[in-house]
Amino acid sequence: MKKTVVNEATMAFLSRSSNESFARSAAACFAAQMDPTLNELEDIKTAVSEAVTNAIIYAYPNSIGTVYLKMRIYQGNLLEVTVRDRGAGIADVERARQPMFTTGGEERSGMGFTIMESFMERVTVRSAPGRGTTVVMRKCLSARPKAGAGI
Amino acid sequence: MEIQEKVGERALVLAFSGEMDHHGARDTLRRIELAIDAAMPRTLTLDFSGVTFMDSSGIALILRSQQRMRFLDGTILLCNVPRQARRVLEAAGITRLITLQD
Ligand SMILES: Nc1ncnc2c1ncn2[C@@H]1O[C@H](COP(=O)(O)OP(=O)(O)O)[C@@H](O)[C@H]1O
Ligand SMILES: [Mg+2]
Repeated sequence: MKKTVVNEATMAFLSRSSNESFARSAAACFAAQMDPTLNELEDIKTAVSEAVTNAIIYAYPNSIGTVYLKMRIYQGNLLEVTVRDRGAGIADVERARQPMFTTGGEERSGMGFTIMESFMERVTVRSAPGRGTTVVMRKCLSARPKAGAGI
Repeated sequence: MEIQEKVGERALVLAFSGEMDHHGARDTLRRIELAIDAAMPRTLTLDFSGVTFMDSSGIALILRSQQRMRFLDGTILLCNVPRQARRVLEAAGITRLITLQD
């Protein structure tokens, strides 16, 4: 069954590190209409931060490129966040997703994908060397009764 | 990100404030290493009370600090870790490796 899209927003920004906080805040602002719990909001922010940071660091290591962030709300309080780049790509996605695997040196921990996986329900990664990477993350938010909706 | 240093009797406290992400932590690792090398502490305490957001960039800082302290035969503690950062540490299994204090 195809799920109905309730709302959608797309943005594109340059792969500058100052956009990391911009991107995760934008995602949290968009998700706010789903009436998330504070924990859910933090989960979304953190997962988006990880995916966007990867695009900024690894997709365009010696240049500035464009990072695309798409947020979709499906019926049933399901949030889908897509982070896409047209950069370097990942040769071995399975290996890249392993905890502690990093090509980023001592300032990176290799825990980015692990955190995305633990804070979102489903994370899929499509990538091709030289073509870019697409990370799709889904999370079903707890349906809470709207404030003031009566009991 | 800002770092406040308090040097005591073979103890060093580094108090962070701001967002501990890739952008905010750009030169933080070097500053931590310099502070440790200058103080040569037995105990390093990383105070997270002012950290408004943390992602896996913070994990790298913590693990590198721990390695440096091991090298000095010292110990490392984290204190005042806000909920969001704590949940990131738990997700990454760091709370099993490092002592968290309130
Ligand atoms: N968008 C991307 N483009 C190219 N390589 C990537 C991308 N995202 C992740 N990677 C690769 O996957 C590895 C693991 O990513 P991650 O788990 O976030 O750890 P870290 O960011 O600490 O390296 C990275 O070191 C990098 O080699
Ligand atoms: Mg990462």
